[in-house]
Amino acid sequence: MSEMNPVTGDAATTKEGTSTAAEPGPDGANAVPTRERARSLGRDAWEELRKRPSFWFSTALIMIMIIMALFPQLFTALAPQSDPRAADLSRARQAPSGDAWFGFDGQGYDIYARTIYGARASILVGVLTTVGTLLLGSIIGLVAGFRGGWLDALLSRVGEIFWAIPLLLGGVLFMTSFPSGLDTPYSVVVGKVVFVLTILGWPRIARIMRSAVLQVKPLDYVQAARALGASPLRIVLKHVLPNAFTSVIVVATIDLGAYIATEATLSFLGIGLQPPVVSWGIAISNASGLGLLQSAPHMLLFPSVFLSVTVLAFIMLGDAVRDAFDPKGR
Amino acid sequence: MSEVVLEARDLKKYYPVKKGVLQRTIGHVKAVDKVSFELHAGETLGIVGESGCGKSTLGRLLVQLERPTEGKVLLEGRELKTDQELREMRRDVQIVFQDPYTSLNPRMTVGDIIAEPLLIHKKDLGLKGTERARVQELLEQVGLNPEHINRYPHQFSGGQRQRIGIARGIALNPKVLVCDEPVSALDVSVQAQVVNLLERLQRELGLAYVFIAHDLAVVRHISHRVAVMYLGQIAEQGEADQIYSHPMHPYTQALMSAAPVPDPVIQAQRERIVLSGDVPSPANPPTGCRFHTRCWKAKTGTCDVNVPVLEHKGKADHMVACHFAEELTSVTA
Repeated sequence: MSEMNPVTGDAATTKEGTSTAAEPGPDGANAVPTRERARSLGRDAWEELRKRPSFWFSTALIMIMIIMALFPQLFTALAPQSDPRAADLSRARQAPSGDAWFGFDGQGYDIYARTIYGARASILVGVLTTVGTLLLGSIIGLVAGFRGGWLDALLSRVGEIFWAIPLLLGGVLFMTSFPSGLDTPYSVVVGKVVFVLTILGWPRIARIMRSAVLQVKPLDYVQAARALGASPLRIVLKHVLPNAFTSVIVVATIDLGAYIATEATLSFLGIGLQPPVVSWGIAISNASGLGLLQSAPHMLLFPSVFLSVTVLAFIMLGDAVRDAFDPKGR
Repeated sequence: MSEVVLEARDLKKYYPVKKGVLQRTIGHVKAVDKVSFELHAGETLGIVGESGCGKSTLGRLLVQLERPTEGKVLLEGRELKTDQELREMRRDVQIVFQDPYTSLNPRMTVGDIIAEPLLIHKKDLGLKGTERARVQELLEQVGLNPEHINRYPHQFSGGQRQRIGIARGIALNPKVLVCDEPVSALDVSVQAQVVNLLERLQRELGLAYVFIAHDLAVVRHISHRVAVMYLGQIAEQGEADQIYSHPMHPYTQALMSAAPVPDPVIQAQRERIVLSGDVPSPANPPTGCRFHTRCWKAKTGTCDVNVPVLEHKGKADHMVACHFAEELTSVTA
């Protein structure tokens, strides 16, 4: 940044010395009022983000994945096999070839088509669960940390109750209590998985948020805002949240991958997403059967690569956003 | 003498000490215990005392960051009860914090930090989109370059940050600025500049300061009147020169004798009063005079039984809370 001029060390004292005497100096702001627009953290962060290759790279990857989720036909139109539901048992576990780019899986489905079509469910589950836990966890953590007292105790205990239920066990209990049938609409099947993962995942975000808020709350700048008569809402939005959300962002983007993986586990147990829904999780769990790893490693490879790249893209984006919102990092 | 702007009347702040599963209150830390004083327009009241004597708590009580357990703070003779009154009061009494590294939000530009008080009180002040010009004016007033309005706090040195904190404090044209150890986190060379800035602002804006510090030299330099605190109470109060040259309370004498004198000859000759023991816990302060456990003048039957009242002794406006204040000979500071 061109105008960045961190005043440090010895330079600071000399700077200090001159500033009293004649800083409003020769061509100071009296003569020429500063034309520069007012800057804010948001705008500065955007300026900063725009300069980062990692931001554009991750955004491009995420855009590709989102387009894949919305319009899978675009990606399969030119492929030799384009129907994710066409199975040919006689070609089961065939290795990749010109006729089937990613090969065939155990049921004789085309892995390329399945992977492209699987993006929708996997990204839906991952993104929606992340957004859900982020919203629920942040708000609850913020309220608990900021208000304190009995409300904090209550919310923390409630969080601990959900925290104590193992993700998998909770998922199994919920999904077996409300099973999806073959005629259950797509959105309900996905929605149920998102719901159960959100309900079991929010305490993690809430705890991180709460401790971040507790760290920020006693700092002098929050006290200064109180002394100025700022409303609690203003204090939270202007002072507490911007200084507390970074750790949450990082954890949330890492968790995104974990949610897609958990969806895979639930699907593997036959209670997550159900066929005919196609997802990377289902594909990965199908590929993890005994002996399959040796006889048909391509079954595992392709959906896993797509999953990893997506998670990586979100983590990169999360990192870039976090750094951009930290003025010290610029 | 000019009118009284801020008055503390029998201020008390007790923090409950809780224990056990049921969080039963088993006692109180008496951080501030019955403190009264008056602050006149345009004057500086220095408050000195060692760590833990309740100076900072007193400062926080004055700006209503803490609610007093008992007693009240009066602004120009008015008590503040409703939220609206409190809001108005916040325009008139502002605070500058000790640590310039935690008192500024690292994620806000200097412009936003100084504009915050203006935005919060925008309606009451009837401002219309002129904050930016006002912020630049304020930056200039505290000796910073107005063009640095878009910078972030970490791009400034400690002294400059403290100036930003002062600019935020004076943005609403307050009558009183509570300075809670405003220079103790700064280099000595920078301290003088910030103190000079405060003095200049006092002349220009007619500000009254409550200047809380443990540095006796700085307090003497800036203060018109001084109050010495010990264990949550005011031990002695009066004109700064009077307190420094003729301290009457034994604690003040000990405090003054501990401050180094810049002349090595005098420094070598003068007698230092060394107090024995530690400061007693404010959760369980001594009976009678709180200082009697460490006082060389204490007499059993008087000091450990009767609480001394802060009363006029010696010269006008010199108040001491000691049974034997008059018997003390003055030491040269």
